[in-house]
Amino acid sequence: MKMVLSGNEAAAYASMIARAEVIPAYPITPQTKIVEKIADLIADGKFNTQFIKMESEHSAMAAAISASLVGARTFTATSSQGLLLMHEMLHWASGSRTPVVMVNINRAIAPPWNVWADQSDSIAQRDTGWIQFYCESCQEVMDTTIQLYKICEDNDVLLPAMLSEDAFYLSHTSEPVDMPDQDAVDTFLGKFDPPYKLDVENPHSFGSLSMPHQWYMEFRYKIALAMEEARKKIVEVDREYGKIFGRSYGGMLDLYRCDDADIVLVAAGSMSSTIRVVVDELRENGAKVGFARLRVFRPFPAEEFRSLAAKVGTICVLDRSFCFGYEGAFFTEIKAALYGIDNPPLVRGYVIGIGGRDVTRNSLINIINDSNNPEIKGPVDTWVDLKRC
Amino acid sequence: MGLIEIRWHGRGGQGVVTASELFAEASMLEGNYIQAFPEFGPERMGAPIKAFTRISEAPITIHSHVYTPDIVVVLDPTLLGQVNVTEGLSDDGIILVNYSKDLESLKKILKFKGKVYALDATKLALEKIGRPVANTSCAGALVKITGLVGIDNFLAATVEKFKEKLPEKAVLANKEAIMAAYNGVEQ
Repeated sequence: MKMVLSGNEAAAYASMIARAEVIPAYPITPQTKIVEKIADLIADGKFNTQFIKMESEHSAMAAAISASLVGARTFTATSSQGLLLMHEMLHWASGSRTPVVMVNINRAIAPPWNVWADQSDSIAQRDTGWIQFYCESCQEVMDTTIQLYKICEDNDVLLPAMLSEDAFYLSHTSEPVDMPDQDAVDTFLGKFDPPYKLDVENPHSFGSLSMPHQWYMEFRYKIALAMEEARKKIVEVDREYGKIFGRSYGGMLDLYRCDDADIVLVAAGSMSSTIRVVVDELRENGAKVGFARLRVFRPFPAEEFRSLAAKVGTICVLDRSFCFGYEGAFFTEIKAALYGIDNPPLVRGYVIGIGGRDVTRNSLINIINDSNNPEIKGPVDTWVDLKRC
Repeated sequence: MGLIEIRWHGRGGQGVVTASELFAEASMLEGNYIQAFPEFGPERMGAPIKAFTRISEAPITIHSHVYTPDIVVVLDPTLLGQVNVTEGLSDDGIILVNYSKDLESLKKILKFKGKVYALDATKLALEKIGRPVANTSCAGALVKITGLVGIDNFLAATVEKFKEKLPEKAVLANKEAIMAAYNGVEQ
């Protein structure tokens, strides 16, 4: 069914069409509309789910983990400060191997207060054992939310996943969105049926003590293996989704006009679509420019970057976040992925769009022009569109 | 039709965002690609706000702000002189203002060389809807001025948008206001 939906509304409808059974959540700007829309859908009798309004995000995640442990398909959503408050529970979700699906609206972290687009909130959760996706359009929010249940609930994966979409650029922007048919989604996803669950008839213990000589280290190793399985599953599920529903998104790393490119830009989130416009424009003028969209950040598409690097001269990495004391996270990780390959490309880092500063056509053209600037020595981050300070 | 960008000016509570969405939804009924979004930020009752509509025959793959709109609509005349409503609007652009006095005085205030249209949308809304909500009237006038959307599709989109939120009587009143604006807008 074709509708006009904001990124927030697309997330709410996706939780409905995926038949999430339990939704514990706490509202926060700019995610609030997700919670409101879910409440509307329930009130209108369209969505049969257990919605729990929690007292905090920390509790929301605790409830989501518990619901998932009894075998319920679980959804929640948050943003920025709320995600940070969840941090402890995020580790608990992956450690418990609960396939909770969460939408995070990428919003800057205070102080100073700023509710606009910035990916620092989710980048700060990199090491929590969550699968991480970044979306480019409201349609992709709908489709990826559905895909995530298929990926996460696979018995070889059983990990939680976070889908991030940029504040306002997607959360509050209305676009045409096609919601797949309920029957087709039901067939695609099947029922959530974990191998172990909290069940009074068949008791198990979860989250108990495991001493150094026991199984803690092995539990961690199994999470590492599950992430490797997720890598394959992400590509498979995206391909299968494309066959059934007619839309797919490039698996781990979404390549656009990269085949004969000399310069490739790398970015995640809503600025991707603006980059595509600029790539098309420069291509018409004969410039060999391409774009690689980082769709998945965890597991990291290292192999995909190595294949790409073999073909291109320069990679410009755009980070909408910054890890103080070093670099933008994408920049660091891409360079690490390319360590040791033959004839590595020049890799340059750009910090852009922090705190919702608009990423414009001109900013992007400047980056491409700058990428050949011989005065920039070595791999250091350039902050784009900075005012004098 | 290439990419058309519309900027809507008004105050929080006047249905600015709704107007931006409604125009987009009507255009989608004609098979076009659309985008509608508010100015990113806190929305307070009575404060000046903006919203934007993008429409195009080709898929819209851009997510940055609108800097050079083709069309500007001003829902609240008290913004004139307070907000630079013609900012970024080129001389071959169009501006429509909810304005009760004569067109010449409006042109003097705007100092804009392109096409200027005026409509006393507040009066019209009071007559037809009973409330000074000028958003649907202004959007109806824009349908006539630009021809970007057929009036039948615009009315269909209006019913679709409001049928679950407003009583039937209010939906009909909005349709009447749209038709009156469509027939009554002057250059």
